[in-house]
Amino acid sequence: MEFERHEAPHMVPTANVARMMQQVLLALVPAAVAHIWFFGPGLVFNLLVATAACVGGEALMMRLRGRPAVGALSDYSALVTAALLAFALPSLTPWWVTATGALFGIVVAKHLYGGIGFNIFNPAMAGYVVVLVAFPMHLNLWVAPRMGDIDYQFLTILQTLTYTVTGSLPDALTYDDISRATPLDAMKSGLNDLRTTVEIRSLPIMGDFGGVGWEWIGNFIAIGGFWLMVRKVIRWHIPLGVGAGLLIPAGIMWLLSPGTEPSPGFHMFSGAALLCAFFIATDPVSAAASPKGRLVYGAGIGFLIYAIRTWGANVDGVAFAVLIMNMAVPAIDRITRPRIVGHSKDAGTL
Amino acid sequence: MAGPAATYDLGKLHGGLRLAARKSESTGLPIQSLPLPRQLILPIDQHVGDPAQPLVGIGERVLKGQVLAEPPGTLGAPVHAPSSGEVVAIEPWPVAGRHGDPAPCIVIECDGEDRAMESWEEPIPYAELPGDTVLQKILQGGIVGLGGAVYPTAQKLMQAVSCDLDYLILNGAECEPYISCDDMLMRERAHDIVSGARILLHALQLDCAYIVVESDKPEAIRQLAAAMTDAGDERLTLKQIPTIYPSGGEDQLVQLVTNREVPSGGLPTDIGCLVQNVGTAAAIHDWLQAGEPLISRITTITGDGIANPMNVRARIGTPLAEIAEFAGGYTEDARHLVIGGPMTGKSVSNDRVPLVKATNCILVMSALPANGPELPCIRCGECAAVCPVQLLPQQIFWYACADDEAQLREYGLIDCIECGCCDLVCPSHIPLTYDFRMAKARIRELADEKARAERARRRFEARNERRQREQSEREAELARQKAEARQAGPDAIAEILKRKRREDGD
Repeated sequence: MEFERHEAPHMVPTANVARMMQQVLLALVPAAVAHIWFFGPGLVFNLLVATAACVGGEALMMRLRGRPAVGALSDYSALVTAALLAFALPSLTPWWVTATGALFGIVVAKHLYGGIGFNIFNPAMAGYVVVLVAFPMHLNLWVAPRMGDIDYQFLTILQTLTYTVTGSLPDALTYDDISRATPLDAMKSGLNDLRTTVEIRSLPIMGDFGGVGWEWIGNFIAIGGFWLMVRKVIRWHIPLGVGAGLLIPAGIMWLLSPGTEPSPGFHMFSGAALLCAFFIATDPVSAAASPKGRLVYGAGIGFLIYAIRTWGANVDGVAFAVLIMNMAVPAIDRITRPRIVGHSKDAGTL
Repeated sequence: MAGPAATYDLGKLHGGLRLAARKSESTGLPIQSLPLPRQLILPIDQHVGDPAQPLVGIGERVLKGQVLAEPPGTLGAPVHAPSSGEVVAIEPWPVAGRHGDPAPCIVIECDGEDRAMESWEEPIPYAELPGDTVLQKILQGGIVGLGGAVYPTAQKLMQAVSCDLDYLILNGAECEPYISCDDMLMRERAHDIVSGARILLHALQLDCAYIVVESDKPEAIRQLAAAMTDAGDERLTLKQIPTIYPSGGEDQLVQLVTNREVPSGGLPTDIGCLVQNVGTAAAIHDWLQAGEPLISRITTITGDGIANPMNVRARIGTPLAEIAEFAGGYTEDARHLVIGGPMTGKSVSNDRVPLVKATNCILVMSALPANGPELPCIRCGECAAVCPVQLLPQQIFWYACADDEAQLREYGLIDCIECGCCDLVCPSHIPLTYDFRMAKARIRELADEKARAERARRRFEARNERRQREQSEREAELARQKAEARQAGPDAIAEILKRKRREDGD
């Protein structure tokens, strides 16, 4: 009898990229629900715009590169980029801002470098930085979170959609009516005004650790992240690295001067720190390769987030921290190469 | 009573995989004896080293245990007739070693009488013989490593005695899924394994042997422990290791058992260890204590393409088709025939290939599930996490694509043991092991090319040198003639010129 030849191993892998990406998207769902609860339906429109731009951009680039578009789109990675960008942007963002970021991320940061697997920079963060520089005003506009008894203006779905499409608010409302300083903003400007952290932390927008709403979203992001670890979609090294890189300097400074330095808890539950630790920095393509390298890479990002927040001009530093460490990946990979079994010592050098 | 082996002071193995064992399919029945087949096909190249040279001619009648072919060089093993009959052909025949492509084989038409040589030997009182005599004896038994690597045992032992050995390690790990021939051997013939181990200890003049079994074989462990108690030999220790693929790889086993790493490019003997498969130990026992050379082996026939998976003891040279028939034949789904396990086994194109000394498993599989296209590497790092040698397969893959030989060496491509773990965890479905095999072949090719270029360069330089030497010799000769002529004076010169002119004039 004749048989078909096959190359060893004669077993098939169980993991696949599409399923990994689907699980990343699924892990974001609880946080998305919390986000919509606290900040209104804007996230949904951002997601739609970002998805359309990412998918369209990817299809276009695949066509220009002379490859089948379906192949690239079926790995779901463009959707993850879209989701991360949508999460990073304020819930009220005009469509052209979102689309610019999404297109830059996909077209320039991803496909001009050769598509998935070859991009040096995290596409979502590259896109975010571009719109941060190009549309700084829009990126500062965060609506107030839902805060129980506090009087706040909440846009209806229609009003949110109108803003997303036209970039203008309903006639009766001004930006001041609907927006609030984010916790990080409030902390930074408060400290600049020589107020103490205790005073700043007593503002109504502040919650137990971070800001009202924000910290709940953070909780759900962490839950999603731990679920991804259980599912082995991500490993623990990068989240731990980011956490340690951010919390250790924050903790030391806070212990030395609790009145002028926000607590580690505040750092962790504010801004995009948790999103970064579990979802952004863990993008494998643009991260370091080995477990040790990933700890270093994560720690670098964590520390840079702390440094930018504390000493930089920007309120949050996640995108810059990630992009800077993306640049450091080749060096980290060289230095942290594991010792091959049977070889005498670490061969890694610069 | 030496109780069940404890897992203790084990070294650590990086990575590895916990694979579904799928061994119980073939361990339900005791080892079955296969009836003598009509024909036996014996490849003359069943081992590492030089192919054996036939000593018999077509038409010659042979007896069971007769040497049919002997290795010409220092590395190789003899091939014995597994049964009596007539040599009907010496011709190319499909063999498993070449994925079902033909290689030279001696074909015996069995007479069914299974008559043994008269010199079918009595037990050898090995304990009274010096170690190297025992090694010489083992050499004649045609015994090769039965774990699958088929390195001639005697030569492996001879190399080892020249080293400073601490441990003999008997490999009963059998870590690949499906394969259960060693498990069954340990269950049914534990005494013979222990006996083989003691012969090896004597031949090597060693006093410490570990018999190592994976924890998922409790019955084998029980039987071995009992056999060791019976033997009462304190030099033997039973060790239990966790069931992780590829703990049964030679270097990996050494690392697990002794916490020593085999140096890159080196052998376990470099760090004082000699590894032998438990099946090899039993074969040594059979040869020295029962006079039976390596003419049969236990093999597992299993997989979802086989009706009744089992372990059989069959003569070397039995066509696989007959073994499959004995095991109830193929199921309708049978699509792939793999010799060895599903991780490292060789897939062959037809079942006419004979059972050889290396055939520890005949795995018949249905079509593998569709796997989707190969996607670009997303650097997830799962491959590095499971690599038992702690390589970075994703980086090696990158350099293999770029054909960057220097970086491939730097990143340890040569150290890859081709266990296949990285393939199995790759979400992009990149055939890493295959790509690495190709890259290794390419490096060897480059090394050959380099050697050829180096030879050509030396040839060229030698030629230039020779020309230069000849040139200077000619010049010296000319100068000498000139000087001679000058010394002879003007008359002589005129004489020479005149002669020359006359010659030109003709």
